[in-house]
Amino acid sequence: MRDITAETGFPGIEQSRPPTAAAAEIGDYAMIGDCRTAALVSREGSIDWLCLPHFSAPSIFARLLDPGAGHFSIRPREPFRATRRYLGDTAVLETRFETTNGVVLVRDALVVLDGLSPMRPMRELIRTVEGCIGNVELMVEIVPKPNYGRTLARLRRHKDIGWAFSWRDEILMLRSEHLLRSNAASLGGTIHCVPGSLYRFSLSHTKGEIAVIPPLGADAQARLDETLAWWKRWSSHCRYDGAYRDVVIRSAITLKQLTYAISGALVAAATTSIPEAVGHDNTWDYRYCWLRDAGLTAHAFVDLGFIGDAAAYLGWLLHATHLTWPRLRVMYDIYGRQSLREERLAHLAGYRDSRPVRIGNKASIQLQLDIYGHVILAAERFAAAGGRFGLAEARMLYGLGKTVCDDWRQADNGIWEIRGSRRQYTFSKLMCWVALDRLLKLHEQGRISAGSLEARFRAERGEIANVIETRGFNPELQTYTSELDGSQLDATLLLMSSLGYRRPDDARFVRTVDLIMERLSRNGLIYRYEPGYDGRRTIEASFGICTFWAVEVFAAQGKIAAAEKLFAHALSCANDVGLLGEEIGVDDRSVTGNFPQAFTHVGVINAALALDRAKQMES
Amino acid sequence: MFAGNSPEVFGYLVLWGLIATAAMDAILEASQGLGYSRMSLPFLFGAFFTADRRWATILGFFVYLIGGWLFAFLYFILFASVNIYTWWFGALAGAVHGMFLLVAALPLLPFIHPRMASEYHGATKRRQLEPPGFLAMNYGYATPLSTLLGQIVYGGTLGTLVQLHRAALGQ
Repeated sequence: MRDITAETGFPGIEQSRPPTAAAAEIGDYAMIGDCRTAALVSREGSIDWLCLPHFSAPSIFARLLDPGAGHFSIRPREPFRATRRYLGDTAVLETRFETTNGVVLVRDALVVLDGLSPMRPMRELIRTVEGCIGNVELMVEIVPKPNYGRTLARLRRHKDIGWAFSWRDEILMLRSEHLLRSNAASLGGTIHCVPGSLYRFSLSHTKGEIAVIPPLGADAQARLDETLAWWKRWSSHCRYDGAYRDVVIRSAITLKQLTYAISGALVAAATTSIPEAVGHDNTWDYRYCWLRDAGLTAHAFVDLGFIGDAAAYLGWLLHATHLTWPRLRVMYDIYGRQSLREERLAHLAGYRDSRPVRIGNKASIQLQLDIYGHVILAAERFAAAGGRFGLAEARMLYGLGKTVCDDWRQADNGIWEIRGSRRQYTFSKLMCWVALDRLLKLHEQGRISAGSLEARFRAERGEIANVIETRGFNPELQTYTSELDGSQLDATLLLMSSLGYRRPDDARFVRTVDLIMERLSRNGLIYRYEPGYDGRRTIEASFGICTFWAVEVFAAQGKIAAAEKLFAHALSCANDVGLLGEEIGVDDRSVTGNFPQAFTHVGVINAALALDRAKQMES
Repeated sequence: MFAGNSPEVFGYLVLWGLIATAAMDAILEASQGLGYSRMSLPFLFGAFFTADRRWATILGFFVYLIGGWLFAFLYFILFASVNIYTWWFGALAGAVHGMFLLVAALPLLPFIHPRMASEYHGATKRRQLEPPGFLAMNYGYATPLSTLLGQIVYGGTLGTLVQLHRAALGQ
């Protein structure tokens, strides 16, 4: 594949892969979303991943995880090359197919529902096909396989209404301006596109309610236009206008797409079971909400000016954690439920034969002490943007601080959720320090009143710092280490300055950064920890956000040229529409892991903001 | 026709109608919540008056409630007309009522509901609601059963309350 941006004016890659029933590489996908669920669209025009009605609901299309698990494909019948882009600052995707006979445009969008007023289906996917040049024959295949391919949908044609796939209490209505033929539980057809021809497909989903059948024609176009307008309106609230606006706004839109509008929750990624390395069994379900993402995400939302989104997110954080308060769980689902029972789907082959496919996540029962710091940091960022806390919220925050005082000495599973025995991670101690430090800061600002707990918070904060400085620092290496009394390094230590624990030019921190770059950096990308540290034999790829943390550090240290170079290099690993996954292959710069990953895009935003700040200070 | 019934019974019918409607609604809502049926009669009724989903649900609930009360009087007239005041006769009346709803009233909706699409005219900007189809089975194959059960419980509850009332009066 080669970059053809200069030739076509479209950012994109030539598609030379022959027609196949298998899924594309994970980095080949673009995401469309409606802030309730998300679909992954391949460069070949196939929707290979869509869960309905929300992110962590069972899939309708899951060809990503098994060739027979369902897809919705619109692609030229003859060899083609595909280029694509998002339409401006929106989540509406446009794919341009070029064949020897002509050019067609396919636009894909999940319609954004804004309020309850209009009579709309619960979820709607609109795909339009527009002929531009010549005569192009397109092949359409719609093969829904509900419940990860475990349930057979019953297909019926309702005369003028359209096709209905129904199962249990769910219905998928397919309406099209092109005649389709049924074949068992699937639909197919061929479109002959000529200049000026326009075909629309509407796939709407309803669960547990009487379906609303959306009209096609100008009405469908109006819904698409409303969706475009909604995204543009939302994006216009971004107050960042620096040198990296395009990547920042794309990352912000990606975060917004991964936000569940109904509760304010943010899922870690749109997919499950995409392994960190193809063929390996480290396949986890990321369609849940990790509290570790909280602080840095709130930071990104607030600094970009999306205060409403930050408030909704904090609201979800405090609501979701209410039932377990004053203790926190590692992750929750979009409604704040904690029972995320892990299940293996043996009938699915897995992404590129990487088994098992897992739904649910057992890491939800782990102990991670760093999450207290992340949640309190999110609250502090919200307050810094002018947000206010009620009595109940303030009480919740003290309670978390009290838990930190009680528990910070314990070993835990750490931010990377390393399974097996618990350890004394330095980063967990650091985040406990952050939790107490920010609570005291909020107290000093008069935003909350710590009351009688103030003295205890101060004493414990001092004690944590003492432990980090004595046992979290290795005198031989002259660096901080990943765990107390240890000798290995961890990329989370890069956050020590941005979290306010050490100044960027602090000698201990500088030496730690140097050794991290020496030990954890390869080909300009950074691993999260040293190989084998997690007890697994798998050599994993670099961890997406860690490289962006290093950019932030360099920027804060005034090494702007180095920061820019590293940032540009890391951004070059994004796919043709600017999306990044959990990890990046250090040799081939391929995207691996669940995709697209919110945490990585948070890293992009925060690194861009740090670079801009550094440049402003320098000038 | 109402010989032997005290005038207070009409006051009680307001309460009994409310209880019977609540019992029927509980069954229909439970069948929807548990995934047996997608049908919501309150929403269908409410959508007669407004295209706003929120108001359709709220308005429909009150229309449904008032309908339940009015039908309580009709049922009582039926009990009085044949002088049978028992739970089983109420249940039987509910079953007949339910069958009528399924085979006659609901299939008629696409022709009279201002917001319901029809198999023959497709969906338009105004008519977008999915039609119920034969026995309302478009809303799920268990819809006829849950509807019938709801109506039987409605009639049975009314019959039981009337029967208990008359027993208390020694009738």
